[in-house]
Amino acid sequence: MVEGKTKKVDLCESCSKAKGVDDPTGFSLADLLLGLGAAQEMEQAMAGGEIKCPHCGFTQADFKKAGRLGCADCYATFGEGLESLLKTMHKGTKHVGKTPHAFRQSQDLADKLKSLQSKLDKAVHDEDFETAAHVRDEINQVKNKISELTTS
Amino acid sequence: MDIHEFLTSPAEASKRSGPHDRIVLSSRVRLARNLRGMAFPGWAKKPERVKALETIRPAVEGLRQMGGAFSESMDNLTALDKQILVERHLISREHAAKNAGSGLVLNKEESLCVMINEEDHLRMQSLRPGLQIKDAWQAIDQVDSLLEKKVEYAFSPNLGYLTACPTNLGTGIRVSAMLHLPALVLGEQINQIIQAVNKLGLAVRGLYGEGTEALGNVFQVSNQMTLGEAETDIVERLNKVLAQLIEHEENARATLLESKPKVILNQIGRAYGILANAHSISSKETMNLLSLLRLGVDIGLFPGTERSLVDELFLITQPAHLQKRYSEKLSAEERDLLRADMLRERLRHVSRPHPMPSSSPSPRLDKPNES
Repeated sequence: MVEGKTKKVDLCESCSKAKGVDDPTGFSLADLLLGLGAAQEMEQAMAGGEIKCPHCGFTQADFKKAGRLGCADCYATFGEGLESLLKTMHKGTKHVGKTPHAFRQSQDLADKLKSLQSKLDKAVHDEDFETAAHVRDEINQVKNKISELTTS
Repeated sequence: MDIHEFLTSPAEASKRSGPHDRIVLSSRVRLARNLRGMAFPGWAKKPERVKALETIRPAVEGLRQMGGAFSESMDNLTALDKQILVERHLISREHAAKNAGSGLVLNKEESLCVMINEEDHLRMQSLRPGLQIKDAWQAIDQVDSLLEKKVEYAFSPNLGYLTACPTNLGTGIRVSAMLHLPALVLGEQINQIIQAVNKLGLAVRGLYGEGTEALGNVFQVSNQMTLGEAETDIVERLNKVLAQLIEHEENARATLLESKPKVILNQIGRAYGILANAHSISSKETMNLLSLLRLGVDIGLFPGTERSLVDELFLITQPAHLQKRYSEKLSAEERDLLRADMLRERLRHVSRPHPMPSSSPSPRLDKPNES
């Protein structure tokens, strides 16, 4: 099997030789086995019909060969097949941790929109039309900000 | 700019010190990032890679942390330059194989190094001597926060930062430390330790990372999982494991000295004998013997010899650093001769190992060694 991981080990051996070290024993074995395990997982995960990424043209066969994806959209394209792979590889399947500022902003705005919406519903229900008009203005402001963020 | 004029001399680089540097050689935090809407470097055609490089390079160069940085396209570096950067642990072996369309930006202190179009568009790393992974994380977090204002990252709220290889997905973070663990190797505990560390979801690798041997008893410990765990939690977890590894190595040293002083003295004495007297020696043998010499310095067998001398030798006896001193291309055999000459010369003023550290009972050296 010539997968991405396995290739890496080969490269390392040749590099070692180039450096005058010609006995690649011991440690690399564990890595090799680990690598093979991961490669097998990938192959299982990607088994099935041939799918092609609409954005970059990357196919499952390419993934099998390279062990790497073609572009960020590939995650959406191959999402289903990747799910089980990610489960075995990682602690979870949902990102936790740092988020780019722009995303945090749009998430915050989405949260704000939600709370304003329920405020509006309540005001309408209570027939408090003054507040409702006020909240509606705020909602429009937030919506404008969101559309600014998504177009920029 | 010439990379050799830019880089700190090996002697100076070896004098950098940090917490626990008796055992922890260095700490590193690496983040993987990609540009939105562009194919990953391994799949992109050359014009697209060049475009990504041209977008990223000025953004990185413009960071205040990168004032006076070395910035170069990989095709402007010779194979020897690249190999020297690998031996300094500044770039990966994968990056050393890159040419046009890939780049490198390295700050003056050699504490921040950004690889452009390695496996991902951006591989930024923060490096520190000794055990300082928290500091390293904070430094690279800052760089990342400044960069995200200048370039748009491929990010998904569910999957996090999108990377070429699913193994880096999410935080894209790789936190690692390089450890010198000679006593755990001599005491044959290392495999058990590696298995235990692996069970915690951490990887143990050799000197040059993935798929390399633990030359010179140097091991790299790093997190393996990047999705579903926050950066700070990963840093915290690794810190705990590293603290334990340091303790295990220290215990192993104390135990060996107490229960098998002859074994340890024999190993270090032989290492010294070969290093100080050989006329031909390979890079691999040199690293493995220098590891024992370093252990000897640590436990007080070489009073007056600094650990930094051993660390410098560890660096300058490696193939590319050795080759750099000579204008003509050397064969491996020629390098072995010149390496031995250099070691004899540099160890001329290092006296034979002291019989025993003063605090321990003195062994009877006139008796033949127990095997």
